[in-house]
Amino acid sequence: MADLISEFLGIRSPNPFWLASAPPTDKAYNVNRAFEAGWGGAVWKTLGEDPPIVNVSGPRYSAIHSNDRRVIGFNNIELITDRPLQTNLDEMRQIKRDWPDRALVASVMLPMNEETWAKYVPMIEDTGADAFELNFGCPHGMSERGMGAAVGQVPEYIQMVAEWCKKAASIPVIVKLTPNVTNIVPPAKAAKDGGADAVSLINTINSIMRVNYDTLTMFPTTDGMGTHGGYCGEAVKPIALNMVAEIARDHETRDIPISGIGGISDWRDAVDFLALGASNVQVCTAVMVYGFKIIDDLTDGLSTFLDDKGMTSVADLVGKAVPSVTDWQYLNLNYVEKAVIDQDLCIKCGRCHIVCEDTSHQAITNSVNGERRFEVIDEECVGCNLCASVCPVDSCITMTQVPNDLAPGNWTEHPNNPMRKSK
Amino acid sequence: MPDPDIRPNRLDKAEIDKNFADLHPPLSRSEALIEADRCYFCYDAPCTTACPTGIDIPSFIQKIRSDNIRGSAHTILSENIMGGMCARVCPTEVLCEEACVRNTHEDKPVEIGLLQRYATDPIFEDSTRLFERAEASTKRVAVVGGGPAGLSCAHRLAMLGHEVKVFNRDPRRGGLNEYGIAAYKAVDDFAQREVDYILSIGGIEYQDNVELGRDVSLASLREDYDAVFVGIGLAAVNDLGLDKEDMPGVENATDYIADLRQAEDKSTLPVGRNVVVIGGGMTAIDIAVQSKRLGAERVDLVYRRGPEQMSASKFEQRLAQTSGVTVHHWLHPKLLHGSDHVSAIEFDKDGQSVVLEADVVFKAIGQKLADEQLANELQGIEILNGKIVVDGDQATSLEGIWAGGDCVAGGDDLTVSAVQHGKIAAIAIDSYLGGEHG
Repeated sequence: MADLISEFLGIRSPNPFWLASAPPTDKAYNVNRAFEAGWGGAVWKTLGEDPPIVNVSGPRYSAIHSNDRRVIGFNNIELITDRPLQTNLDEMRQIKRDWPDRALVASVMLPMNEETWAKYVPMIEDTGADAFELNFGCPHGMSERGMGAAVGQVPEYIQMVAEWCKKAASIPVIVKLTPNVTNIVPPAKAAKDGGADAVSLINTINSIMRVNYDTLTMFPTTDGMGTHGGYCGEAVKPIALNMVAEIARDHETRDIPISGIGGISDWRDAVDFLALGASNVQVCTAVMVYGFKIIDDLTDGLSTFLDDKGMTSVADLVGKAVPSVTDWQYLNLNYVEKAVIDQDLCIKCGRCHIVCEDTSHQAITNSVNGERRFEVIDEECVGCNLCASVCPVDSCITMTQVPNDLAPGNWTEHPNNPMRKSK
Repeated sequence: MPDPDIRPNRLDKAEIDKNFADLHPPLSRSEALIEADRCYFCYDAPCTTACPTGIDIPSFIQKIRSDNIRGSAHTILSENIMGGMCARVCPTEVLCEEACVRNTHEDKPVEIGLLQRYATDPIFEDSTRLFERAEASTKRVAVVGGGPAGLSCAHRLAMLGHEVKVFNRDPRRGGLNEYGIAAYKAVDDFAQREVDYILSIGGIEYQDNVELGRDVSLASLREDYDAVFVGIGLAAVNDLGLDKEDMPGVENATDYIADLRQAEDKSTLPVGRNVVVIGGGMTAIDIAVQSKRLGAERVDLVYRRGPEQMSASKFEQRLAQTSGVTVHHWLHPKLLHGSDHVSAIEFDKDGQSVVLEADVVFKAIGQKLADEQLANELQGIEILNGKIVVDGDQATSLEGIWAGGDCVAGGDDLTVSAVQHGKIAAIAIDSYLGGEHG
């Protein structure tokens, strides 16, 4: 079996799966249970200044469900820890003492002045925590008070606060980034410039889940009023993966370690993050939906996968897919694929036909010689992959390369490109 | 020879109530949502093609999925006003569900029938008005027969703005939906609630206890009305062609099924200890299973050909077997035993004689138009193999007369087909009457 032992910023943990800073890591009781279940580490629920914040007593969470009530997307308006700082510090100290082989990271959110950071950082570090994670991502509530995403959306602030923290800390500092920005690279660069040792992303995305169809108010509400929350869960994974890959491939940020977060529910999601440049991953929503036991599939699945790939450690996988990510302009426009429908697997639902007919290129038949039959019309097929995407049968429609004699050619040199570079 | 053992109270009432509870209990909301999610929303959906009334099944399931139940019911009932009953009695495994593409890769179709019931039940419970009548046409149409074909035709004609009078032979409304369906398929008086709903559109006068030939004549209806629709079903039962067939104990399955549906307390119905059913269709299954569920000790269902030739669906055949009915194939009725009451029936199987003891023998080998109907009222209308010939618009050979349901040739004796006949005829009649909806 491949070794899952993970080392992130020199912090060892038995596997690369940490619990993200969130309700599951709110107190020793939960973290103990998580470590008993096998989690590699935990980023403690974000610490703040005393007196502690106050949470609403109405709904803090809501979900987008499939029809069988599977949670696809999840939203929360919970703030940082609502317990006194000392209570958290005492419990963290005890946890680190009881679980020395697990990673324990202190998530922190403090007001924007250096004295406060200088005061609290050593106090928190004294618990024995392995690292800090600066919460510059929380998009609701705390951002109204000039913290969380309010910092993470301004690279200059990120750099400044990272510097304050680094100055006061002797353990590594991770900056947790908000996805509520147009370009994730400048915040990551600011973290690096501020001396941060790593970035973690993504935090949650600003969100309103829906309206209540009876009252026509937003949903959910607290006493009739609601506020945007932070969106997470499976649905956000592609957004997170893009941001991780952008940082991992940008020449200014590619060397900063990344802790990947965003919708990781099974081991394949972890493979996605690791291959696109994350060195470890953090999980929250999936445990809030299923409990801590999912760690078994995460570790077992990842280990088996590494074995199958002939890899001996997680590090072998990290960044493997990054070289395959590029700008659109560099894609080979002379490479041709077309859809091929396996008639033995086809169940004749006709979905490929109707989506191609209505919304794409009219490249799939609905009948052949009077028989209900769905075949690709090669001359019309542009290889867009829509049919394969909507086909309900796995592997029934595949995209197959149509070889040609053309040399690779991309947009930068294409004759239709008025800005083309001369060859 | 022992006396026939036929008596009521073979089972106590509680047990009978249990035996006659809803055969397919309705889906809960969660069950329906999960099942609806299984629908692939096929293009040119094979299930819709397979539905005799052409219900847009993917659309109604899509509306269930989005919690638009009223819209879903409208999609169903606008093609099939008896979508509620059809959800209960359609042999879906040979219609929509057989066509479901999910059979191809997982052998488990979407439960279309149950979903249809889920979508339509609330409409009948709350009498939700889904259909409005077009502007009044001043045309009057007579509908002879108050069953599925007649009611479907009447409802569509009323929608199109015409005035309709339905002449119903029976004391209760609904034809075979009321008298001919196994009790566990239409519990809680559903047939009557459905008729009430259909008539609530307005413009339909529905008169009971009027029999064609006795109380009204086709000739007078043709004179008094602008058009006539005939949906009189099949009043007579096919004979076995055996000696002593009118002997006590040899009964028509359809009569007993009707008695069963009308019985306030089913435990009071006399039931034979040994029951033999002759036939291979739905009626044969219905009488066999119901006899068993009423407490008959032994029920033999005897068919002269093999399981593949049975017109009862595979599901129905399985239902008989799992209900404790012994099914025999390739047995030809040869001789009825008994003098003043049947005591046994003898069959031929490849030259061998097989004798089954019987306190009751039920004939369920099909129905037909009565000879006197053919000789009198229906004279002048083209008949084929004892049934009325119609064209693609359900028009008979006599101008101004349309027909549908079991009484027309080439049908399959299904409620859903009768509904479709009535609908097609109504649209054709509307066109004939100068309407713009044809």
